[in-house]
Amino acid sequence: MPQKIDRRPMPKQDEKERTKNFSEVALGYSQEDAVLEAGRCLKCKKPACVKGCPVEVRIPDFIELITEGKFTEAAESIKEKNSLPAICGRVCPQESQCESMCVLGKRGNPVAIGALERFAADWARKEPQKPEGNGPKVAVIGSGPAGLTAAADLAKYGYKVTLFEALHSTGGVLRYGIPEFRLPKAILEEEVEYIKSLGVEVNVNILIGQTIDIEDLFKDGYKAIFIGTGAGLPYFLNIPGENLNGVYSANEFLTRVNLMRAYDFPQQDTPIQIGKKVAVVGAGNVAMDSARTALRLGAEEVKIVYRRSREEMPARQEEIENAEEEGVQLELLTNPIRILGEKGWVKAIECMQMELGEPDSSGRRRPVPVEGSEFKMDVDTVIVAIGQGPNPLLVRRIPGLELTKRGNIAADEETGRTNIEGIFAGGDIVTGAATVIAAMGAGKRAARAMHEYIKSRS
Amino acid sequence: MFEIVEKEIYSPRIKMFKVRAPYVAAKAQPGHFIIIRIHDKGERIPLTIADSDKDAGTVTIVFQEVGKTTYELGAYEVGDTIHDLLGPLGTPYDVEKIGSVVCVSGGVGVAPMYPKAKAHYEIGNKVISLIGAQSKSLFFFTEKISSVSHEIAYSTDDGSYGHHGFVTELLKDVIERGEKIDEVVAIGPLPMMRAVCEVTRPYEIKTIVSLNPIMVDGTGMCGSCRVTVGGETKFSCVDGPAFDGHLVDFAELIERQRRFLTEERSAMEHFHGKGGTCGCHKK
Repeated sequence: MPQKIDRRPMPKQDEKERTKNFSEVALGYSQEDAVLEAGRCLKCKKPACVKGCPVEVRIPDFIELITEGKFTEAAESIKEKNSLPAICGRVCPQESQCESMCVLGKRGNPVAIGALERFAADWARKEPQKPEGNGPKVAVIGSGPAGLTAAADLAKYGYKVTLFEALHSTGGVLRYGIPEFRLPKAILEEEVEYIKSLGVEVNVNILIGQTIDIEDLFKDGYKAIFIGTGAGLPYFLNIPGENLNGVYSANEFLTRVNLMRAYDFPQQDTPIQIGKKVAVVGAGNVAMDSARTALRLGAEEVKIVYRRSREEMPARQEEIENAEEEGVQLELLTNPIRILGEKGWVKAIECMQMELGEPDSSGRRRPVPVEGSEFKMDVDTVIVAIGQGPNPLLVRRIPGLELTKRGNIAADEETGRTNIEGIFAGGDIVTGAATVIAAMGAGKRAARAMHEYIKSRS
Repeated sequence: MFEIVEKEIYSPRIKMFKVRAPYVAAKAQPGHFIIIRIHDKGERIPLTIADSDKDAGTVTIVFQEVGKTTYELGAYEVGDTIHDLLGPLGTPYDVEKIGSVVCVSGGVGVAPMYPKAKAHYEIGNKVISLIGAQSKSLFFFTEKISSVSHEIAYSTDDGSYGHHGFVTELLKDVIERGEKIDEVVAIGPLPMMRAVCEVTRPYEIKTIVSLNPIMVDGTGMCGSCRVTVGGETKFSCVDGPAFDGHLVDFAELIERQRRFLTEERSAMEHFHGKGGTCGCHKK
């Protein structure tokens, strides 16, 4: 019988301390916490939680193994479906996926599935893995969550997998986008090491479409290709003053800090500038990451500027709470209309107050400007975090590849198949900017379909 | 890792490397650039490809030591390796048979000019090369450029060689003598490229400039290299680096090049504090 225990809270670093460092905020369950929390699971005959998981992790199975103290086995059970559990346990929006389906959630708090996944994965991380067989060659382009998952699964099917990455290190958004305090890079390293241990060959510094063309890959004997190049093209506001010094895209800001380690300048060569007063435009996870990073770099005042209300903020609830606890202020129903400068540098951002009108095409109430409500906010840094589009570099170099109106690759949701034989795609390059786990799910489904495709042709 | 197979010192602060990068050499076209990161703590900097050799699998870069990374790189020797090298990047420069082309280079800009002048020469255009430098000792690549030019002229700021004055004055002479010019290509420091554009603007001569703004990834991901061209924001790394010079907002770009001036100074101080350019601390 389940014990009368409420959901174990995730231990976190003290909020005053953590704004001074880049160490991970969430500390993870102790062994005791994990077993207690796992004991809350009702082991439903028809587990709804599994339906909420894009990669179909058999959640009750691994939770039961945790209650039995079989932590390594629990991690193995997860890894049958999910090759990156230590990452997913940290950055998946469980509250809107597996945990939202948990029956305990109807009357109280759902089982902390994400925290348990993280616990099991962290426990098992030191275990060595065994490399797999040497089948036909397949190529995976992009080493973000979609590519890493596809590569791991293809290796498990027995293919000889080559993974291509344009940057100098692997991980895609897990490397350049998500900050250390939310996903320590050491965890990413270990997950990539695990994938290498499966026999995947990782090649960095190769931009497919520029360094090597897709047709060269086919000529070179690759039987199928997976494209997981992500949503790497930053959107700007297209308002006056956006090219002033002190205005960054969130991509540039986070890449300088995360990939290039500019927080450690001048020990590291890449610089970053952070002013005293920072405005982050946008309210998604990337905006929260930027705001919390700005605080850690020493900004005195960080404001999230968002044109809709709190309810519509696209960021995870947990990230909004973390940001507010750390002192990030929310300027809601506020829309920037102009960035003002002096001698080439940002001095202020001019905004309008908004109010919510009728619902728009996204189903959210459309923000409408309040006439005469213009006001200036003094800032010296502006970070634009209003979303990213598909990076066009590779896709425009593949003649005949079908794209959507927005420039994403038109691929089948179930299989990742594109209109070109042998080319599959998944993740943000297909869906537009979404979650890590959604990209992983797409990588997983595409790997399965690539396996079917190659089998059917031999 | 990318091995340096040849090094030449053109002047105390201008160095040439041939680096082994077969994939890049196989695909390099005029106007392409690469991003390098010299070691594991390095920043990513763009350098235009000055020449490439498919058979040898090498690319040639020429750089002037202006900041911490280029100073440090300048002390590298044959056999040393560059940690990361990505390319070829950018949109290649479009060369067609059009008639006469004037190639105006300033300072180290003569290096990225070479593959463009060569492409024009080989396709059958008349190539007039005008090269400016502060002083005679700073000229390099002159034989290479001569070999792909029908006419060549030099200028120096101090009068030590060729015309005493700016290279733009040489360009004015060519225009005013009645030469029919179909295109001007300008590569060099921003103020020089801006000045070239101002010379050609009244004559409505198509003028292509090659920009080298601050970049991080070089693949269109960060927007650090954004530049206003004809009122629109463009990313130099993907849409460029070549643009119609008459449409480029040079004033804004010159400001943007100053973004990290303070940090660049402190990086240099930090670097010199650690042993400087003697090379003994480079690894």
